[in-house]
Parts: sequence; C-alpha cells; structure tokens
Amino acid sequence: MTNSTHPASVVVVGSGQGGYQTAASLRENGYRGRVTLISAEDALPYERPPLSKAYLTGRADQAQLWLRPATYYVRQSIDLVGGTVTEIDRAARTVRLADGSSYEYGHLVLATGARPRTLDVPGAGLRGVHTLRTAQDATELRTALATARRAVVVGAGFIGLEFASVARSVAPEPGGSTARGSGRTAVRQAGRSTAREPGHSGCEVTVVEALDRPLARAVSAPTADHFTRLHRAEGTRFLFGQGVAALHGDGRGRVASVELTDGRRLPADLVLVGVGVTPRTELAAAAGLPVRGGITVDSRLLTGDPHISAIGDCAAFPQVRSGNLRRLESVQNAVGHARLVAERITGSTTRAYNELPWFWSDQFSTKLQITGVDDEGHDTEVVLGDENSEAFSVLLFRGADLLAVESVNRPADHLAARQLLARGIKVTPDDAAAPGFTLKGHLTHPAPGRRHHTPGAGRTVIPCRSSNADVTPSPDTSPPSNDPS
Amino acid sequence: MPKITYVAVDGTERTIDVALGTSVMRGAVFNDIDGIVAQCGGHAQCATCHVYVDETNLDQVEPARPDEDDMLGFTACPRRPNSRLSCQLKVTSDMDGLIVHLPERQY
Ligand SMILES: Cc1cc2nc3c(=O)[nH]c(=O)nc-3n(C[C@H](O)[C@H](O)[C@H](O)COP(=O)(O)OP(=O)(O)OC[C@H]3O[C@@H](n4cnc5c(N)ncnc54)[C@H](O)[C@@H]3O)c2cc1C
Ligand code: FES
Repeated sequence: MTNSTHPASVVVVGSGQGGYQTAASLRENGYRGRVTLISAEDALPYERPPLSKAYLTGRADQAQLWLRPATYYVRQSIDLVGGTVTEIDRAARTVRLADGSSYEYGHLVLATGARPRTLDVPGAGLRGVHTLRTAQDATELRTALATARRAVVVGAGFIGLEFASVARSVAPEPGGSTARGSGRTAVRQAGRSTAREPGHSGCEVTVVEALDRPLARAVSAPTADHFTRLHRAEGTRFLFGQGVAALHGDGRGRVASVELTDGRRLPADLVLVGVGVTPRTELAAAAGLPVRGGITVDSRLLTGDPHISAIGDCAAFPQVRSGNLRRLESVQNAVGHARLVAERITGSTTRAYNELPWFWSDQFSTKLQITGVDDEGHDTEVVLGDENSEAFSVLLFRGADLLAVESVNRPADHLAARQLLARGIKVTPDDAAAPGFTLKGHLTHPAPGRRHHTPGAGRTVIPCRSSNADVTPSPDTSPPSNDPS
Repeated sequence: MPKITYVAVDGTERTIDVALGTSVMRGAVFNDIDGIVAQCGGHAQCATCHVYVDETNLDQVEPARPDEDDMLGFTACPRRPNSRLSCQLKVTSDMDGLIVHLPERQY
C-alpha cells in the first residue's frame, strides 16, 4: 500500500497507549515505511489502567501490563528506541534525543501524554510522597502499601479514589493476582473481605479534597455522592474543602504528617498526590507549535505543521459537538486518535475525528462507566433508577440534547447510551423522565417529538443543580479522566 | 496447562498452552497472535477481543454473563450464537482442547 504520497518514515514520540496504537495501526493498514517508537520509559509499551487497580494489589510483574510481547515489535518491524526526545527540528524534519542521536521523519506523531502535578508546598519532596502515572510509580507504591498504616490521599479524582479503594481493600501481605482482567476480581473480593473483617484491612485512608465533593470536575453530583457514600462505608475518611499547607518529615527524610490549610495535622506514612496532570507540551512549544492547555490540533489531529500530529492525553482537539478545544484522558481517546492518524498517514481517510468518548473506573465492587462529554455544562440531570442505591444512571442534558451518561453498576445502560449517542438518536429530558423509560428500550423504539410529558413523572429530574458551565477549561488542572478540563 | 487453538480467518492455526486463571484473550496477546485487539485490556468494555467458539467446544465454556452478552452487541463482525468476548473466557482445566475462531476484523 505504500505509494509515493506516503511519508517514507513515521517517528512517534512516546510509546504509551497512543504511541503503541499508532505504530500497530500503521502496520495493520499496510504501511511499509520505517516506524520508530521512541520512549523515555525503559519498558515495552504497557497499559496504565491496572496501575491504580489490580496491579497495586498483587505481585504481578510488569510483563503482565505489556500491550504486546517483545516479539511483536520485531515481527512488525517497529523500531523501539529508548530515550527522551529533546528537540524537534521542523525545517530538517528530525528529532534529537538526549543522547545526541537524531531521527528523520516523514511524519511525526507526538504522543507524549501527561505528567502528574505535584504539590507546591514545603516537604513535597519527602520520601513516602508518591504520584501515580508509570509502572515504576505503581511498583514503588505497592511496596509502600504493603507496610503502610496511615495513607493520606491528596485529591479525590479518579486516581486518588481508585488508590484509596485498593488501600482499604488490600491485606498487608497481598496474595498473588494477575494484572489485567482477572485481577479485578481480586480487588473486589479483597474489598468484600475488608468490609466483613475490618481488622484485616490494609491501612487507614484519609482523602483530602479542596472542593466539596469527589470527582467534582468529572461527574455529576448524584454520581459523586454515591462514591462518597461508597468510600465512607468502606472506612475511608473524607476531608472536603481542605488544601495541603505542608508535609512534615520524621527527621530522617520520610513523611510523617500532612498539615492541612486549617492547621490540622494528619499523621501519615504514605501520601498519594492525585491532583491531576499537566500535558507534556514542552517539545511542541519549543518547536513553535501552538499550545493552549494541550498541543493544539485541528479536527484531523494535525498541529500547525502538516508533518506533525498530536494524539492522546497531550492533544487539545475540537470536540465534536461544541467545537471547544479540550483534552480527554482515556484509553478510548488515545486509541481512537491513534487509529485516525494511522489511517490518514496511509491515505485511507481524510475524515475528522468524531469518535464517541467512553471511560470506566473501578472502585471496590463498583463499576462507573461514562460516555459522552459534558464540556459545555449540562442544565438538566435525569436519574434512571434510585440514586441512593447501588445501581443507577445519570443522564446529563443541555437543553433538549443528551451530552453524557454516567452509569453506576448499570453496564446495559452504558452500552445502550453508547449506541444512542453514536447513532445520534435523540433523547430528550422528557423522554427520559417518562415512566417506563429505559435507554435500551429507546434504542429500539425512539420516541421522536414526544415532548408533552410532565418532567418528574416517576423519575428524578434535577434542573441545573451543578452545571459544569462555570468550570473554566484549563486542562492543566484536570483530574485524570475524561472529565472537563 | 490447557491447550487452546486459535484459528485465523485464513485457516492458520496456533495451539498454545495457556495458564489457568488467565483469559483466552491474554493467551493470544501474550503469545503474539494477531486478530485479538483487546483495546480495554479485558474489562468487557470494547468488544475488540471477539472470538467464535468452535461449535464442537461449546460445552467447554460457561455461558456469557449479562454484561458480556450486552457488549457482544458491539462486535465489528456479526454476532453469532457462538460469539464470545475472549477476555471474559477465564481459562479452566475444562478448556483443554478448546478451539476458537478469530473474526475478520475487531473494529
Ligand atoms: C493510574 C492510571 C489509571 C488509569 N485508568 C484508566 C481507566 O480506568 N480507563 C481509561 O480509559 N483510562 C485510564 N487512564 C488514562 C489512560 O491510561 C491514558 O489516557 C492513556 O495512557 C493516554 O495515552 P497516551 O499515549 O496519550 O499517553 P501515555 O500513556 O502517558 O504515554 C506517553 C508516553 O510518552 C513518553 N514521553 C513523553 N515525552 C517524551 C519525550 N520527550 N521523549 C520520549 N518519550 C516521551 C512518556 O514517558 C510516556 O511513556 C489511567 C491513567 C493512569 C495513570
Ligand atoms: S478486551 Fe475489551 S472487551 Fe475484551
């Protein structure tokens, strides 16, 4: 399939979920030029979701996180290069690495991801203070967790809460479990046994959050409230409306306590900082490419330079509905971007990126699934099921349009919502509030123009309780999720 | 370890010893077998690990649970009665000799 219009070589900076998928999809699409995947991490491409879930609980080695075994890259002629790219020379079309080597590109894909934000307070560098982004971070954290007695989590975003759920669940000496898929069960069972035998739980967990609820930028109030209740029931303490003023050591360089903005001190031998991420835009910025809360790309994921694309966590791209530039942080987004770019490079598409976002998070035995994006701010919430129960969905509307659906332990709702949103089948707040409404039912029998129902008949309809409209898009502060930036 | 055979669309077969407790999906991915994408890493979220269980082996696998059943509505190739998500097929000793057929595409 290689023809003269295809670039002779593709260099990908970053071999995370997006970088790996770009290389894999290029080969799947028949691209025969040289593919170089450059990574600052000393590891085969691996997946991150288990890092805050099953991987933390078990003894699984890093190989179980790998997206593909080493033989795959050899067989597919994908060159894996270890090193940090320090400079893009757009005129010469080369990238330079820290060790002085350089690579020529016909097309360059920036898949540099994001780095965790750290606390800008005294003591932030003490031992025992962790962030969680890489396999290395997770390995260190699980070693620390095996002996920790008191953990303080700073920031109630997805990473903080997933970590909290593992920390409450895991017995001090964790049993072996596997990383992906099967390991989830281990977390869940551990969670249950913790609930039954409180004395057996791994450690005491306090979550400190500046806002008044968890996941505030990522989910609606009913969903956030559910997770507050869930974590409290499992013995986690929340301190809302609190910031961290300082971290104090034990005199030997290890963290011993966390000082809050109200002056209180929480004893801690492990601190996880989960206050969101910063996209890694520095290479692009230094090369003079536009950067606005992420590497700015158009709807085809091209930067200002026709030879350079940016994808995944680092890329601010126009949202399908609103046109707003924003980043999303999810596996689906990185993979979807990668595939589009690979198709474009091999000439099989010129289409704009328009994949429907979806995301999941596992905490204790609860599965949260989100589809769509609430980036414009919703004005109506309709809850299907009882929001005080273990299973419900929240539909977020702006005017008559469905923006996003959050499902708590309702996978069938999530999947139906994905179909509805992907196919553009109209659902109004009135439809959703009608007695007997189900997303699955609406998929097979949509009710267009059914506007005469009284909202509230049989359903909870919450007008504009917590619109996200006032959340200024500043991706640098976004919690790790597909939440509004 | 149970032996599982993966049959590609072109008829190529590979038989692998897959460890108990992992999944049919992981057996393929770890052994570098093409045709299973497994985008979500085994969370029953993506339907890119679709396989057809050989008709002769259907009694060797547990029936799909509701969330897998729903997700099977999302496969890129047609869903058939023997369609499964390989990430949800946990490898047990009963699976020795299992044959799965890979679909033409996963997305
Ligand atoms: C703990 C954790 C749990 C998560 N859980 C979920 C989940 O449940 N569901 C979900 O959908 N998503 C989840 N995510 C998010 C998901 O993993 C990310 O959105 C995804 O990894 C983004 O892929 P990416 O390729 O854009 O970036 P990354 O995967 O971050 O990869 C970027 C890579 O680029 C490298 N790099 C950066 N700059 C350079 C340079 N100059 N030179 C060389 N290499 C460089 C980095 O070292 C890194 O390896 C989670 C993330 C984390 C951290
Ligand atoms: S790997 Fe995603 S559904 Fe099986």
